[in-house]
Amino acid sequence: MAGGVAEKMESSSPMRHTTRPIVTGTSVLGLKYKDGVMLAADTLASYGSLAMFQDMRRISKTGSYTLVGGSGEMSDYAAITHMLEDLDRENKNANDGFEFSPKEIFYYLRAVMYQRRNKFDPLWNSLVVGGFKDGQPFLGCVDLRGTAFEDDVVATGFGAHLALPVMRNKWRPDLEEGEARALLEDCLRVLYYRDCRALDKVQLSKATSEGTRISEPYKLETDWASASFVAGPGGDLDGDGGW
Amino acid sequence: MASTGAGYDLSPTTFSNDGRIFQVEYATKAVENSGTTIGIRCSDGVVLGVEKLLTSKMLLKSSNRRVATLDAHCGLVLCGLAADGRQIVGRARDECSNYDEVYGDKIPPRVLAARLADYVHYFTIHGALRPFGTASMIAGYDPCTKTHELYAVEPSGVCLRYFGCALGKGRQSAKSEIEKLDLSTLTCKDALREIAKMIHTVHDESKDKPFALEMAWLTKDTGFEFALVPDDLVQEAEAWAKAKLEEDDDDDDDDDDAEMTPAPPTDAASPS
Repeated sequence: MAGGVAEKMESSSPMRHTTRPIVTGTSVLGLKYKDGVMLAADTLASYGSLAMFQDMRRISKTGSYTLVGGSGEMSDYAAITHMLEDLDRENKNANDGFEFSPKEIFYYLRAVMYQRRNKFDPLWNSLVVGGFKDGQPFLGCVDLRGTAFEDDVVATGFGAHLALPVMRNKWRPDLEEGEARALLEDCLRVLYYRDCRALDKVQLSKATSEGTRISEPYKLETDWASASFVAGPGGDLDGDGGW
Repeated sequence: MASTGAGYDLSPTTFSNDGRIFQVEYATKAVENSGTTIGIRCSDGVVLGVEKLLTSKMLLKSSNRRVATLDAHCGLVLCGLAADGRQIVGRARDECSNYDEVYGDKIPPRVLAARLADYVHYFTIHGALRPFGTASMIAGYDPCTKTHELYAVEPSGVCLRYFGCALGKGRQSAKSEIEKLDLSTLTCKDALREIAKMIHTVHDESKDKPFALEMAWLTKDTGFEFALVPDDLVQEAEAWAKAKLEEDDDDDDDDDDAEMTPAPPTDAASPS
C-alpha cells in the first residue's frame, strides 16, 4: 500500500503545465507617432473578475531604447521582466558600448515565447514591444504562441477588439505627441467603459530620440452622463446599457 | 627537513612549523608581481586605476581588461593572474544576479565583498585546490544606505574595507602617496589625476613593459553607476600626471647638478 496514492496519481494523470492564467492584466495599447512610439496600459491586475491589485505597473523599460508592455498572467510578465533585466546586466557588463535595439529585444522575446509554447508550457502573455533607436521607431506584438508581428498600431486583449478599430481610424504617421496621447487616452477610456477587467488608473509611456519614459499612474477623466449609462425611472438602463 | 621548513609548502592544507601557509603566501607573491593597482574612495565616489602591462605592441589597448563591471552599482579591478581573475569576476557576477533574484534588490557591496572573500577562502582550505593568484578591489554603491565603498579581497580570503588601497608592484610608494591625500574632500576628478600620477611614478619606462592605464569609477555625477572612465578624461589625467612628473624631475635635476654625487646602486640586488 505504501505510496499507493502517489503511484496512482503518477500513472493516472499526465504532467500538466499552465492551462489558464490566474492573475491577469488586460489590454496594452501601442502606436507610432511623429517623434517615436507610445505605449499605454492601465494598472489593474485581476484575480478572475476580482479587481485585486490596482497598482500593477505593466510597462517596463529594458536598456535605454525599449519599452515592454504585458497583458495576461502577471507572474509570467514578472518573470519576463526579470529575464530582460538579466540580459541587460550581461550586456552592460561587457562594457563595449553595445545595446540591443528594440527589434532585437522583440525577436528575442518571440523566440522565448515560441520555445515555451513548443514545450507546451507557455508564458501566458501578450507582449507589446515599443522602442526608438537610430532614428527608427519600432512597434511589435508577441503572444503566448510566439506569433509575432509589427504594425503602426497594436493592441492586446480586449483592446484588439475595442481600441484597435478606433486607433486605425484616427491614426496618421505624422501624429503629434498631444494627439497620440489624446487618442490613447480615448481608447483607454472606451476600454474602461466596456472592458470589465479594465481600470481608470493608467500609465502612458514613450520611446523617442530622447530615450524612454514611463509616466506615473494617473486617473482618467470619465463621464457617466451619457444616456446609455443612466438608469431609467424603473432602475433599468434606459438605453442599450453596456452594449 | 622539519628544521628548514621545507616540505610544508606543497599544499594549502598544511601549516608550517611557525604557523604559516606557504601556498597562500606564494599566491600573494603572484599579486605582488602584477601591475600596480590603486583604489581610492573619494568624497563623491570611488575610483579604480590599474597599470595594465601590455605583453605585445600589437595588442589593442582595450584588450584583456583588468576592470570588470559586475552590476549597475558595482565593479572590480583585478591584480595578479588574469586567468584566475576571470574566475573571480564570473563568481562576483553570479553573486550579483543571484542576490537580485532572491531578494529583489541590489546586492550591498559589503555582502558582495564578504561572499567573494568566502569563495576565495574556500580555495585555501582544500588539498585538491590551489589558491587564487589574484586579489581584487571592489567598488560599490549601496542604494539602501546611500554610501559608496571600496573593498579589497586578497588570495588568503581576507576582506577589508579601505579609503585608499594599493596592490601590485608599486604598492608601497603608491600607499604612501595615498596617505598624503585628504580623502574626505578629494573628488573623483582629482583622484583620476592622482592615480595617473602614482602609476606613472612607479612605472619604470626603461625597465618595465609598456602599459595602458585603465580606470573605472562610480561617481555621484554618473548616478553611482559603475563605468569605465571616458578615454578623454583618462588622457587628460595622464597628460597632467606626466607634466607634473617632468616638473618634479626638473627640480631634481637642479639638485643633482649641485651635488653631483655618484648614482647609488639600484636596490634590485639588495639582500632579502
